[in-house]
Amino acid sequence: MSEGVINVKELDSGFKYRITEEPGGEHLMRCYACGTCTASCPVRAIEESFNPRKIIRMAILGMKDEVLKSDFVWLCSTCYICQERCPQDVVITELMNALKNIAVKEGIIHPGYVAQASEIAKFGRLYEIDEFANKKREKMGLPILKSEGKDIQTIYKNTGADKYIEKPEEGK
Amino acid sequence: MKYAFFLGCTIPARAANYEISTRKIAPKLGIELVDIPDFTCCGFPVKSVDSFTTLVMAAKNISLAEEQGSNICTLCNGCVVTLAEANHELKHNEELRNKVNKELKKIGREYKGTIEVKHFARVLYEDVGVDKIKTAVKYPLEDFKLAAHYGCHYFKPSAVYGRLDDPEFPTTLDKLIEATGAPSFDYETKTECCGGGILGISEDIALQMARVKLDDLKIENADALISICPFCSVMYDANQKSIEKKFETEYNIPVLYYTQILGLALGIPADELEFKRNRIKPKEILVKFEKKYGKEKLVKS
Repeated sequence: MSEGVINVKELDSGFKYRITEEPGGEHLMRCYACGTCTASCPVRAIEESFNPRKIIRMAILGMKDEVLKSDFVWLCSTCYICQERCPQDVVITELMNALKNIAVKEGIIHPGYVAQASEIAKFGRLYEIDEFANKKREKMGLPILKSEGKDIQTIYKNTGADKYIEKPEEGK
Repeated sequence: MKYAFFLGCTIPARAANYEISTRKIAPKLGIELVDIPDFTCCGFPVKSVDSFTTLVMAAKNISLAEEQGSNICTLCNGCVVTLAEANHELKHNEELRNKVNKELKKIGREYKGTIEVKHFARVLYEDVGVDKIKTAVKYPLEDFKLAAHYGCHYFKPSAVYGRLDDPEFPTTLDKLIEATGAPSFDYETKTECCGGGILGISEDIALQMARVKLDDLKIENADALISICPFCSVMYDANQKSIEKKFETEYNIPVLYYTQILGLALGIPADELEFKRNRIKPKEILVKFEKKYGKEKLVKS
């Protein structure tokens, strides 16, 4: 995050409306910057660059690039402490998710999420349950499980999420 | 009490001890767990990419349980928050429900909004009840200091879970632990986040977050941390050695699933509860338990 002077000409005044239109971002403008979120945040307690109050101020000001292209936008651990404590019901955890969803639509996506979403499209789950794993399950007296990605691939294709993943092999 | 048993991704891959111990204790408490082979990932990992896709993935799973007329029970906090949140939103928002159903139709499914989604611990607390568990306990765990770890998504957001628990000072898991005869205790970092949500983003920050609780438990001299989430256990159990190495310290704090210690108290032999799969071995606990109640409680008779 740049600590320098904010250049008003570089601000995107429409960014806040882009956020309030995104599911989860509706209550952005309610924030009165009390800082309860930042004071409560377990990530902030370790990593200074993750500062929910500051992220919200930057978003309202229209610092679109600084927010979406930052590393910190991905750092929310979704513990919901800020969301529970926020006196203005900004619904901050969901707001942080909305920012991530907007970043993705702008072509900025953390590689960790590409990998996870791609695995799920292949196997229906994050981790494949292959024949060997199912044999092991049977030995432990556990029912065997399916590992199919067909439905997920169809869902991704129709919602457009397939754009963000590595292409799975056909029909697997 | 019949429940559609939702395993998700992490349980089959990394937590056989949790699944096996749950399947052992459920029938003893009158819970029937039904497996649905077509369940897929709850949708949690995709929410950061596109929250609507997650809603469709969750609704697909819910619709499978609806078809069977069963409520869903999960073992993972990530699964329960994703499915319960989707269920909550889709029940209350007709426009969204129609939009999701339009997508589900393309895979031959429909969300109706006829069932509930609960975590297994919530089923134990609300549907079985603490009193019934107390009555069923044969070997009280009174000699052990067992620290409750709820995990954030078990009881938050409160907008989704309603009356389940207090979002600042939760008590339900403490009461479940007390039901096994163990004196549960308050500790400062009880509701601390494990950091698991960002392990894939920044391992460094995530491990530092997990360390906060382990440091506290060491000071408190806890015998074990009691978990109800496979991903919290990844952070505190599977990663405990890495945290020790990274910060040049030593914890050796067993992290056990609630279903494992309840199984022990109910009289299920320890070797059937798969403690061998916990990374930090609860050797001292099992030796002490054996000394008190006899060796036959530890192995199959």
